[in-house]
Amino acid sequence: MKLARPAFGEKPAKAPTGITGFDDITAGGLPRGRSTLLLGGPGSGKTIFAAQFLVHGAQHANEPGIFVAFEEAPRQIVLNMSGFGWKLEQLQRRKLFFLDARPMPELIQSGSFDLSGMLAALAVKVAQMGARRIVFDALDIVLALLPDAAAKRREVYRLHEWLLQHELTGLITAKHGGDEATSSGLQQFDFMQFMVDCAVILNHRVDQGVSQRNLRVQKYRGSSFSEDESPFVIGSSGFDVAIARTLGRADTAVSTERVSSGVARLDTMLGGGYYRGANILITGFPGTAKTTLSGAFAEAACKRGERTMFVSFDSDGSEVMRNLTSVGIHLSRFEKTGLLRMISARTITGSAETLLVRIKSLAREHRARCLVIDPVSTLSKAGNELTAHGVAERLIDWSKADGITLVCTSLLDEMSSQASGSTPLQISTLADTWIHLNYLVQAGERNRGMSIIKSRGTAHSNQVRELILSNSGVTLADIYTAGGEVLMGTLRWEKESAQRVADEIDEVARQLRRVSLDAEEAVLEVRVKSLQTELMAKQVEKTLLDRTTQSREGELARGRTRMRELRGADVAVPAAK
Amino acid sequence: MGARACVNFVALTSPSRQPSEPAMNRRRMFNFRLYVADQTQNSVQAQANLAEFCREYLPDCHHIEVVDVLREPRRALDDGIFMTPTLVVLAPPPVRRIVGTLSQTLPLLQTLKLGTQAA
Repeated sequence: MKLARPAFGEKPAKAPTGITGFDDITAGGLPRGRSTLLLGGPGSGKTIFAAQFLVHGAQHANEPGIFVAFEEAPRQIVLNMSGFGWKLEQLQRRKLFFLDARPMPELIQSGSFDLSGMLAALAVKVAQMGARRIVFDALDIVLALLPDAAAKRREVYRLHEWLLQHELTGLITAKHGGDEATSSGLQQFDFMQFMVDCAVILNHRVDQGVSQRNLRVQKYRGSSFSEDESPFVIGSSGFDVAIARTLGRADTAVSTERVSSGVARLDTMLGGGYYRGANILITGFPGTAKTTLSGAFAEAACKRGERTMFVSFDSDGSEVMRNLTSVGIHLSRFEKTGLLRMISARTITGSAETLLVRIKSLAREHRARCLVIDPVSTLSKAGNELTAHGVAERLIDWSKADGITLVCTSLLDEMSSQASGSTPLQISTLADTWIHLNYLVQAGERNRGMSIIKSRGTAHSNQVRELILSNSGVTLADIYTAGGEVLMGTLRWEKESAQRVADEIDEVARQLRRVSLDAEEAVLEVRVKSLQTELMAKQVEKTLLDRTTQSREGELARGRTRMRELRGADVAVPAAK
Repeated sequence: MGARACVNFVALTSPSRQPSEPAMNRRRMFNFRLYVADQTQNSVQAQANLAEFCREYLPDCHHIEVVDVLREPRRALDDGIFMTPTLVVLAPPPVRRIVGTLSQTLPLLQTLKLGTQAA
């Protein structure tokens, strides 16, 4: 039963807790072979944290553990923890031991006492099981029975020494209510906080009716840790501490692959589509077709055969699908094949953190590559104003880390000016691509306009396009700018048809002109030809004339010579012409 | 598990149980078991205090068994003794536990229902 333990020097200094996020905050877990104090108010999750620490040790780290319960009956704890899917009954056989150390209700006290008995008993159990981890849950219950501060301190010291002596990774939980600085209840633990090697404080408060849980590592000797409060939720598999990406973490591989937005024209505007793994924010007033645009994206993703999840906070999944069918986006067939998962979260309330954790776990379960959250502004509902921004950051961080292409829609407050363009979550600064949809009210019409406000790393069109919804789908049309005015809808159509008519008239006129020119050309050609003929005739005539003249002159000369010869006249006869 | 052990003990000793009328108190046998942790301050005090108490209130009608949990830790584990010193009153029934150095006699007297006689 004795475990093969590595030599002291090689022993890893941290005992992983298996709690998502916490091991990142503390760079590995709780200090191994040392003591940790976990403080928190009622219902802050101390026992769950402690139990998860032991379960992880027993299941994954081959470190059997002992749970010393001062407050709750072990049977009760096992029952309570059964909801997290930890196989406690199975583990209890060999690797997990629950010690019921509750002071009995009929316990009578007379004078001071100490915990030597318990520690002696535990030492037996530790040796028997080869236990490496131990939890003292609700130590304050026993400490409260001790008469004075000196006795309390002595017992805590005894416990601390005992843990060190047995090289156990110890976790001591204790209640402490309210704000840490002002609480007088903390007085009894302040020496404890100095004594232990690591102190973790769990905080549970309610903001406007929404529960917010926070975890903070107060101290951690000999280790770096994240000092900020980190929100956490108690989810279906235990603790889930939300953390932003820690500095040391390697960047995730970025992709240059483009994925279609589902609207052909939008893809060309973006120079090929969204980047794979990018996050896209679609903002706009109610009814500006945000859902439609994100639906188009989901459909395109499904057509590529990618697992997609559509989270709708506005309406039921079936409603969304029906509504999208009216604009030619058919999602139901993909839902039937399991490629698409519709999540209706209309009635969900709770902290933004809880929502994020749920979305995350659902997306992981579905192995989603594309995710739509419609609208993401739900996260900043009442009670979440302070935390929502952090949640949005982590949402984006998580989607990037997992390589999920994320499309979020966000409702813009009707009152907020478009110029400021700020979304309540300030997600717009984080988004890679920001598409803004708005209305243009003109000539008794309300038309949808779409523009790309930013798109990181892609050349994108700076033009406003008109977004047209029809039963055949979503199309984008150029808008008309005439005389400094943007025309959309009917005005655009009128302008277009006027242009078409003008074009036609123009064309006809051009053709007429050409025909008449052709005719003129023909006439001229004919004239050129006849003139050439005439010219030729004249030339012939001229040649003939020349020839006749020559022959006549020759004839005359010959005649004269002949006559001279005949007359026998002398040379000095004047020449006749 | 500790409770079970004690119940067994009671069952074993039950034949010697006597009527529990106040008038009979002085003639009854008081059976104590004191769990101590070696020679720690609290444990030494408890032993002294118990001996003193018995001498004063229960002369010749008590029996004290001292268990050192450091020597017999398994027994402490089985009996569910986590705080030392712990005094277990085995007889007369019911089984009761008193934690501490027994420096205050009043709780002890009340527990043993000796209050009126002592006063």
